[in-house]
Amino acid sequence: MTVLKTENLSIQFGGLMAVANLNLEIKKGELVGLIGPNGAGKTTVFNMLTGVYKPSEGRILVQDRNEQNQDIGQLHPYQITALGMARTFQNIRLFKNLTVLDNVRIGNHLNVKYKSVEGIFRLPGYYREEKRIEEECRELLKIFDIEHKGDELAKNLPYGEQRKLEIVRALATKPHILLLDEPAAGMNPQETLELMDLIKYIRERFALTIILIEHDMKLVMGICQRIVVLDYGRMIACGTPAEIAHNPLVVKAYLGKELENDA
Amino acid sequence: MDFLQQFCQQTLNGLSLGSIYALLALGYTMVYGIVKLINFAHGDILMVGAFVSYFVLKQWGITPVTLMLSFLPAMLFCLTMGVLIEKICYKPLRNQPRINALITAIGVSFLLENGARVLPFIGPNPRVYPTLPVVNYKFFGINISQVQILVFVVAIGLMLLLNYIINFTKIGKAMQAVSFDKGAAALMGINVDRIISFTFVLGSSLGAAAGILFASAYPQIEPYMGIMPGMKAFIAAVFGGIGSIPGAVLGGFILGVAETLTKGFLSSQLADAIAFGLLILILVVKPSGLLGKPMGEKV
Amino acid sequence: MSKKMNTVVSVLIVASILIILNVLVMLRVIDEYASQVLTIAGINVIIALGLNLISGFTGQLALGHAGFMAVGAYTTAALMMKLHLPTLVAVFGGALMSAFFGFLIGLPTLRLRGDYLAIVTLGFGEIIRVLMINLPELTGGPAGLKGIPTFTTNFFWRPVLSFALVYLTMTLVVVLLNNLLNSSHGAAIISIREDEIAANAMGINVFYYKIFAFTLSAFIGGLGGALYAPFFGYLSPNMFNFQKSVEFLIIVVLGGMGNLTGTVVAGIGLTYLQEILRFLKDYRLVIYPIILIIVMIFQPSGIMGLFGNKEFSLTRFVGKLAGKQLSGEQSSDKAGEVQ
Repeated sequence: MTVLKTENLSIQFGGLMAVANLNLEIKKGELVGLIGPNGAGKTTVFNMLTGVYKPSEGRILVQDRNEQNQDIGQLHPYQITALGMARTFQNIRLFKNLTVLDNVRIGNHLNVKYKSVEGIFRLPGYYREEKRIEEECRELLKIFDIEHKGDELAKNLPYGEQRKLEIVRALATKPHILLLDEPAAGMNPQETLELMDLIKYIRERFALTIILIEHDMKLVMGICQRIVVLDYGRMIACGTPAEIAHNPLVVKAYLGKELENDA
Repeated sequence: MDFLQQFCQQTLNGLSLGSIYALLALGYTMVYGIVKLINFAHGDILMVGAFVSYFVLKQWGITPVTLMLSFLPAMLFCLTMGVLIEKICYKPLRNQPRINALITAIGVSFLLENGARVLPFIGPNPRVYPTLPVVNYKFFGINISQVQILVFVVAIGLMLLLNYIINFTKIGKAMQAVSFDKGAAALMGINVDRIISFTFVLGSSLGAAAGILFASAYPQIEPYMGIMPGMKAFIAAVFGGIGSIPGAVLGGFILGVAETLTKGFLSSQLADAIAFGLLILILVVKPSGLLGKPMGEKV
Repeated sequence: MSKKMNTVVSVLIVASILIILNVLVMLRVIDEYASQVLTIAGINVIIALGLNLISGFTGQLALGHAGFMAVGAYTTAALMMKLHLPTLVAVFGGALMSAFFGFLIGLPTLRLRGDYLAIVTLGFGEIIRVLMINLPELTGGPAGLKGIPTFTTNFFWRPVLSFALVYLTMTLVVVLLNNLLNSSHGAAIISIREDEIAANAMGINVFYYKIFAFTLSAFIGGLGGALYAPFFGYLSPNMFNFQKSVEFLIIVVLGGMGNLTGTVVAGIGLTYLQEILRFLKDYRLVIYPIILIIVMIFQPSGIMGLFGNKEFSLTRFVGKLAGKQLSGEQSSDKAGEVQ
């Protein structure tokens, strides 16, 4: 079953074609890697999928929580999140001055079942819901082993944990599709290994479809079932890790330049 | 015919007023383009410029020559002030949330206004700005005064000069680069601090010139005289597309004409409200302004 | 002592403080001049709390709260004088009208970057003033509106009643705002200030919450103005100039943006300072902007930044006194009105 599909997805910035005629089809439960040299348009694809940028051309179809396909071309980011697609950001965008717990709580926003009036006057619904929300959030933090830091400010977390918190926060929106933008950036090899296990684990536990952008080849080759390679905004290859590793086009465009892309 | 004549007359008056707004709007738009700050104090630079030239003209006496010469000290004074304001008040806040710099700009604006008010040689009471005897020329039944001619000539001259600086000099090109991408410009070896200072130099000098022209056209000056023209010029900049230099000029002219036409045909009470009406209109219809490009934040 | 007990004790403490202060006003221990200053301070705090909601917590600079104050005040006066509505109904009506204006202004502007709200609210404040001057049947025009019915005509009770109503309202506003801000909906509002794009990606309808916060902010601003009309009995357009809007901003900034305790402390402190500094005459006008600039450059988190930006929580305080420290939980009551 296809949960995400793009048809001739393109976007122009000024005269520059940042992404051109991208056709993606992601199946339910897949773990797909999106790779390519710097400036290949990977994050731009995420930004279009999540409604931050509006595509110049093409369509994006996403399966919502009721397994209906929705054209998300004209939707706002928050509406797309409500359909069940969440994301993390490459350049960490946590709510820095709020606590770790509050960050997750804000991610849980879509599942808040009481009205603001109930909150203002502290009616019973408020207490019931807030208790449930806090428990759920702590539960999620536990998975990533940062539960004990719930009351710290997000900006005081070490870098690796900030990346984890980004994922927890995205999970709190209860997505069925998760877009991870360089989740391992800045992590040491040990942390990266742990992260790989975590990604596998949450994929099972929450029945997620995951697309991830990553430069760490070990991670990508290690966990992705399928890899899509972008170069200059175009898809130059798509296949299993083994196929990609031996694809001459990819080797030429990407692996051949790996050194300068490691940064 | 009478209506047409009046219409042309008001349009002409509007263009004259609009060119003053345009000069001021250029300052807003350049500063916004470079540091993404609404420099609320910019309208008050107009007031300072007017006062400097007032004192100069009181010393020298008013003749066409001294009037022209008074631009020099006024512009010098204001550009120094603009650079100092940026260095002392805005620069320390460059990496903080934008709302902080905005609040500081309000503070600076208030300091200039109230500071002028308490200065013993300025004070709260309006003063009469020295003017040349009025000479009116008549073309096809439309009056044009020599003040209006002066406004046009100076304003358009300064705009052409600015256009030259921005498009044909090295520092002007550096300004464009900084406005486009501060980080990348710095990597290319452009001294960003210097460019920001230079932007304030340009903006404040134009503001001072606008002050003299404004005072010549409406010869009554007081510490709070900069607020309304400042606000209208800002609206002009937004209307034309903030960050866009031709946009600021276009917006200035549109605002000036809209204001005089409202005064002439509707009511003078509405003249101030019309500017805000235009602001709301453009924000609803085309938030990026007539000539502006939509700006998305980089994610 | 349980958490619930702490809350009960806190409510009792706040109530007794309010009653004691009122008795002091009644006995004229707090003389009429002082109680008048305190009442004005209370009104300033209320309006500044409204401003803090939109500027401090939501991160959208608004510069026209004197305008909302004016709408609230003049509407209340009109409802009392033309329709002869009871005072409290008229006060509520004034606040509602102000909220309506806030909603209308917010609709076109809050879709856009925060900067635009600043300039549009600034213009709104000025236009309201011009409007007040030009609607003499309703507002008395430039000469001002005289003869607004006061809370009571009784010479003895008037300061007491004004003081009591204003401080009761202020306490309510503090408590309810604090409730809102500690709820998940409040967290959504604050997330907009922190990072609008991330908030959007978390499924938060940013525009809706901005409108919500701004309308509520205008309501609270209008409420302050609405109380002002029957307290003072006289209104003039020049009371609501831009200068006034900036005074509210200074209260918020000095107290600490995004901190309710700070607004209460700074509001009362600054209003008092203004009285003390009267001898400086116009020079006062220079001190305010200097405070604003210096705070922004050297202590952008205001007074409360010196205390780690924490809100003062009476229930926590009570809990500590009772020997049982409550964990970080924010409580519902603050005793900001305690001097």
